[in-house]
Amino acid sequence: MRLPRSLLIGGFLSLLFLGGAALSLFWTPYDIEILSISSRLQTPSAMHWLGTDQLGRDMLSMVMMGTRTSIAVALLAVGIGMGLGVPLGLLAAARRGSLLDEVIMRGNDLIFAFPSLVIAILITAVFGAGAMNAIIAIGIFNVPVFARLTRGSALSFWSRDFILAARVSGKSASRISVEHILPNIANLMIVQGTIQFSLGILAEAALSYIGLGAQPPIASWGRMLADAQTLASIAPHVALVPGMAIVLMVLGLNLMGDGLRDLLDPRIRVTRT
Amino acid sequence: MMRYTMGRLISLCLSLIVASIVIFTVVEVVPGDPAAYMLGVNARPDTLAALRSELGLDMSLPERYFAWTTGMMQGDFGQSYTYRTPIAAMIADRVWVSLPLALFALTLTIVIAFPAGIYAASRRGKLGDLGVMGATQLGVAVPNFWFAMILVMIFAIKLRWFSAGGFAGWEGGLLSGLKSLLLPAVALALPQAAILARVMRSSLLDMLGEDFIRTARAKGLSRRQALWRHALRNALIPVLTIIGLQFSFLLAGGIVIEQIFFLPGLGRLIFQAISARDLIVVESVVMLLVFVVIVVNFVIDLTYAAVDPRLRLRK
Repeated sequence: MRLPRSLLIGGFLSLLFLGGAALSLFWTPYDIEILSISSRLQTPSAMHWLGTDQLGRDMLSMVMMGTRTSIAVALLAVGIGMGLGVPLGLLAAARRGSLLDEVIMRGNDLIFAFPSLVIAILITAVFGAGAMNAIIAIGIFNVPVFARLTRGSALSFWSRDFILAARVSGKSASRISVEHILPNIANLMIVQGTIQFSLGILAEAALSYIGLGAQPPIASWGRMLADAQTLASIAPHVALVPGMAIVLMVLGLNLMGDGLRDLLDPRIRVTRT
Repeated sequence: MMRYTMGRLISLCLSLIVASIVIFTVVEVVPGDPAAYMLGVNARPDTLAALRSELGLDMSLPERYFAWTTGMMQGDFGQSYTYRTPIAAMIADRVWVSLPLALFALTLTIVIAFPAGIYAASRRGKLGDLGVMGATQLGVAVPNFWFAMILVMIFAIKLRWFSAGGFAGWEGGLLSGLKSLLLPAVALALPQAAILARVMRSSLLDMLGEDFIRTARAKGLSRRQALWRHALRNALIPVLTIIGLQFSFLLAGGIVIEQIFFLPGLGRLIFQAISARDLIVVESVVMLLVFVVIVVNFVIDLTYAAVDPRLRLRK
């Protein structure tokens, strides 16, 4: 089977960043906690592949550490969304038409009605800036996305013969949801997961940029951009490097999501072949 | 239509009530006394009590919630803990920057996305389509605050066509005000235009595969005529949904963009209030933004019914 081109390009970009983040757990070209004012704002060179920032820190090392923060925040936010949203969606589908279904879905509609960034700002403003509050703020808005998608996809399975057979054999609704429906919708969840992951990267960068995300000394792409704002005219690379990192990572994840959808959705696969 | 409108109206009221309870609760659970924060650690107990009474902090939580919501309905948002001025006046000064910015960005989004989406759909699989889809894929990945920085670097610092920040005000005329908002609006609009163009293309392509389009083609209409006369109107329903959602993104995104361009809008007000721990201002501005977003979504819901009669006839 030929893999979609978007999956290959997206997968390559995503793996590049994931590899960089994993590598930063053990090694970075330079220690980002050591400041070297004498070598500040250097343009890219053989010594510093992506240049140095206003404090003389190596930008490549900063980007690698920032990737780790972005991935950790976005991954945990997707985890919150999936962890709460998928069971809620399965429950709503299993009890379709009931009051519980109505309450879950109206609750989701309500969260959708909120401007997510404003509420994220409210949460971090009230409970304090930091990576953990950013994760919670981003994660909350992932819950209705997964709940709606799960309910919608699960509903289409509840009328299928194999589910009817499982019901006749005496299995409970919750057991059917976990054993039969969940494996069938897992592909969709993976695709949506990559999309929410890329949105989480953007949201984390925005919150860090306005000072409400990860706090120093934790490196983050948004923070790097905030620091670069006043220096962009004299050293454009300090603004270009973290910005390009965000764009490439998000682009990679989006392409990977598109490619996975093409690969995993049988209807699209049939059309392609 | 009346039944549909009433249903949406009830949903709107419920959303507003729940939103106000959530926002009030989130802000009220914060430990600490705003009056003590304002007066400092050496404040005398009787002064503290007087200020608590003046700010209404000696009331019970339900009483304060009721006072807050009824006050807002009458245009009274309370008093800023820091500036000791009415919040309504502070909002009124700044809303004339934030709202035009969001509307300007929304207009640009539509102006860019509609032709791009229609063009891509009409050239499906051809070079033009691939070009538009590639550009939108990139546009979706660009964070608007970074794009704003790039715009400042190019158009304000390098070319000197626009100022790097600040707002000239509406007193100098509409054009001067719009010029101050152009770069921020473009920064906000581009990523949203990319999303909308993709939705427009995909929605149009779905419509072009429908039976009624085949019938129209069989009756002699060219593909272009079928697209413009029949497919476009029907393709607008999902597009309207996205436009509704995008308005909230643009309003919220404006908060960040205002920081970059030093625009005296609601975003800067929120950040000043956050840094001063003036949470009553944060609470009121957030509620106002949520109110605007919920009302816009309500209007969009009503517009669906106007565009698609099936929705208003559905029991």
